[in-house]
Amino acid sequence: MRLELRQLAKRFDGLDVLADISLHVDAGEFVSILGPSGAGKSTIFKLLTGGLDADSGEILLNGAPPAGGKKPFAFMPQHDALMPWRRIIDNATLGLEVQGFSRRAARECVAPLFAEFGLDGFERHYPAQLSGGMRQRAALLRTVVQQRDMLLLDEPFGALDALTRAAMQRWLMKMWQRHRWTALLVTHDVREAVFLSDRIYVLSARPARVVSEITVTLPRPRLGLTSPEASAIESRLLQILLTPQSC
Amino acid sequence: MSSFSSCAHALASCFGKVGPALISVGTLVLAWELYARFSGISPTTLPAPSRVLAQAMQHRQALFDNTLPTIRATLFGFACSLVAAFVFSVLIDFFRPLRRALFPVFIISQTLPLIAIAPLVVLWFGFGLAPKIMLVALVTFFPMLVALAQGYEATDADIQSLLASMGASRLKIFRLARLPSALPYFFAGLRISITYAVVGAIFAEYAGAAKGLGIYILNAKNNFRPDLVLAAVLVSASLTLVLFGLTLLVQRLVMPWDRLGERRRP
Repeated sequence: MRLELRQLAKRFDGLDVLADISLHVDAGEFVSILGPSGAGKSTIFKLLTGGLDADSGEILLNGAPPAGGKKPFAFMPQHDALMPWRRIIDNATLGLEVQGFSRRAARECVAPLFAEFGLDGFERHYPAQLSGGMRQRAALLRTVVQQRDMLLLDEPFGALDALTRAAMQRWLMKMWQRHRWTALLVTHDVREAVFLSDRIYVLSARPARVVSEITVTLPRPRLGLTSPEASAIESRLLQILLTPQSC
Repeated sequence: MSSFSSCAHALASCFGKVGPALISVGTLVLAWELYARFSGISPTTLPAPSRVLAQAMQHRQALFDNTLPTIRATLFGFACSLVAAFVFSVLIDFFRPLRRALFPVFIISQTLPLIAIAPLVVLWFGFGLAPKIMLVALVTFFPMLVALAQGYEATDADIQSLLASMGASRLKIFRLARLPSALPYFFAGLRISITYAVVGAIFAEYAGAAKGLGIYILNAKNNFRPDLVLAAVLVSASLTLVLFGLTLLVQRLVMPWDRLGERRRP
């Protein structure tokens, strides 16, 4: 599925949050939206998942406005949002249950994936018994089993410690190489964006507009983070982000 | 040998938890006993705990016969109150204007002095079970309603927007997120209300009943038998403690995940 946003704008109580957001994500592509904190990155996701309506601009799916019915996005929030009262397997099946699967059928769908997500043997545990990294993997499992056309990842590793975050980024890259999900990632971590993405959109501070689009052609797996090419892209991104824009 | 030492260890850790409470209660009872024995105060004014216990044993049949109606009134009244509180909490959660319409009425119901209302309710509905149920429900309904309403509001916003992004209806969000989120609040309210419920039932009986701990206390008082009054108090306190313990037990069974967070803390 191809997603295209055309000149999206959104105001809250007279405060311009999104000024001009135009971007696209092609099928099988991993695209990041990189921007300073409070730039309205999460607002873009709310417009996509239907929590909010844009004041102007268009959202196009395969060239057409989104139709009612099955939603094309699976959303993964910044904090894992696992339900503490559900076992991990029942957290993973949440999206399927909302779609109307019986609990049993949903469990059968999800159970074979636990090993791949490094959660083997933790099906019957509660979220409070898992480490931060495992919880985040469980949250990603809950996201991908919904079988939507596109993943929306809202700073998925933002709440983790630095070491766990680095491990999770490597893990996510491996998983993505295997499954080639179409994914849109929101982050303020420059290195994470370079590490994971095919393309990166850089947003300005509020009111947010796309100030730059950078294609990352580095070969995967990108384990040599210190390669001169990666460093060059990182410093270019930082320069864009740290230069004050007059708009 | 090792099973013996682990058993001794379990006993020691058990005593570590309840020991301080036993010591403080024991000290109070001991002080009372000594004062009643050696101050020369008349047992018809302040009977010693030993006398209260002895009289309780002697009158155990009468106490038992009068406890059953109190238990019945407490449980029926509390059950009615729980059902009503749940139904109204759901209605209020789904229809906000209803909250503004109903909350003032409920708050006013809490301002009514039980001492004035209880005789009137007995006057209107007789000496049977109905007025007791109503009075127990009156004192426990509002705390339960507030606990539930507050519990729904405490639902994690991230979980709700996640469910919304999955396309969940309002009803599904309520069932999958808001209702389970309210459970800790529900049980907190339950623990408080169950103690009110026993007091409410005894007060209702005090205002007029054929049988029950409340009327038993009234009769004992009128016969200048403070030892029997205190014996009935002992029974009602035990009853309250048992019900309180039951709510803790049910909470553990219903919310097995609740104690996981505790265990991880040092």
